[in-house]
Amino acid sequence: MKKMSALDRILLLVTGVLAAYQIVVGIDGLSTLPTAAYTIAFGVLLVAGLLLIIFGFDVLDSPLVVIVAAIIPLSLSLGLVTQYLPTLTMLYAAFAFAGLTAIAVTRFAAPGRVGTIVLAVVHGIAGLIIFGLPILFSLQGRTPIGFALVGVGGALIGLGGLMLAFLKAGKPILSQNIILAALPGLLLLMMAAFVAGFAAPLR
Amino acid sequence: MSSQSMTYTSQSAIHSLKSYWTLIKSLQTGLLLITGLAGYMSARCPVTHWTTLLAVAGSLFLAISGSTVLNMVYDRDIDLKMSRACQRPLPAGKVSAREALLLGLTLSVLGVGWAFVLSLLYGLVVFAGLFFDVVVYTIWLKRRTPYSILIGGLAGGMPALAGRTLAVGQIDAVGILLASAVLFWIPTHIMTFSIRYEQDYRSAGIPTFPSTYGVPTTRTIIALSSMAAGAAMITSAVLIGMSWGYLRLLVVLSLGLLGLAFGSLVRPSERLNLGLFKYASTYMLGSMLLIMAGGL
Repeated sequence: MKKMSALDRILLLVTGVLAAYQIVVGIDGLSTLPTAAYTIAFGVLLVAGLLLIIFGFDVLDSPLVVIVAAIIPLSLSLGLVTQYLPTLTMLYAAFAFAGLTAIAVTRFAAPGRVGTIVLAVVHGIAGLIIFGLPILFSLQGRTPIGFALVGVGGALIGLGGLMLAFLKAGKPILSQNIILAALPGLLLLMMAAFVAGFAAPLR
Repeated sequence: MSSQSMTYTSQSAIHSLKSYWTLIKSLQTGLLLITGLAGYMSARCPVTHWTTLLAVAGSLFLAISGSTVLNMVYDRDIDLKMSRACQRPLPAGKVSAREALLLGLTLSVLGVGWAFVLSLLYGLVVFAGLFFDVVVYTIWLKRRTPYSILIGGLAGGMPALAGRTLAVGQIDAVGILLASAVLFWIPTHIMTFSIRYEQDYRSAGIPTFPSTYGVPTTRTIIALSSMAAGAAMITSAVLIGMSWGYLRLLVVLSLGLLGLAFGSLVRPSERLNLGLFKYASTYMLGSMLLIMAGGL
């Protein structure tokens, strides 16, 4: 596994600081449910960034990574649904809970083809919401245009997730070294897009 | 004086300063200092004056550094037997015991004296911290019982209590909770370390929880004390009146600590143990910075 460089650590640290800022300031003033969902998403990102700094890239070998990594898009998309499509809150919350449970169960009980399909479906739906909803709402003028950056962040997290998923499946799109070298920068860009995007509706 | 002898003198002074810096364990002293500053800043304006804040920083830095040096002097024989500590300035012979004792006493007297000048109660708490650390923990209990860690934890909590006490003029619930957060955090910090260096402590004849009660029991205590540390930290933050934003972040960081502590219990490994040690230090630093920021 690639050794983590000082630059990697700095990029991850800045990502962590941005996630902390988002938890403290960026989601202030929202109602309870979206606040809780966003706190979980950015909280997991923050702690995951710290753990990557502490343990290095080896931590990505843990089977728990797949489950923890699913919490981020699921809670982020849940936050977006509760905030912008409140009528679908219960339905999507049930999907998020069932999706996470299914990923956790199949990781240990059926880690093969079934597990991969469940992972792809759950990540796919959550990813589409994070990518599509902010861009669609911005284009429709229902949110300021800057909010579309959340969608850009969603696309970046999707790209990172995809690369890692293929890597873990033993069919990497790029070499392991290139993927791991790009990951800290990708995470930082993603986090910066989220911070800027979520700040847009406040202006 | 010739230029050659001046160069030699300045090199020797730099060498001594480097050894002194190692003697005060700058990272540990820095972390304890931050807990003291957080204790002080946890009380909102108008008690937070920059001049007093600098005096708190100065007096605590001197007192904590002094007690650390005095501990090093007393423990130089066991440091010599431990592979991770044998290169410290005293066992390695870079600084003499007499010189270090003089340094430790000077720093301690200056720190505690300055604290008494600031306030009698503040001075008493700072002195209690130094007394518990050097006399009760290091000299009396450390070589006798693994439970010495409790007194070590009590001493570790004193800077936070001292800072808070100076700010509000009395020992209050928030001060005790902040000190408790450090007290409960100490086992996570020290026991993960004593698991990692169990053989070292055995060689030096220091009773530790892993050597006395076994590693699984120690991991359980680490998990429980992490939980208590997080609870004390969050409760003190609520009592301080920390805003929801900062509180959310504090809860996230505390859950990270709990996750690692209980993870270490379920799937123990050397790597996870070391990771928990590092995260615990990050947690204490982050939490205390949040307490500071929340008080500004």
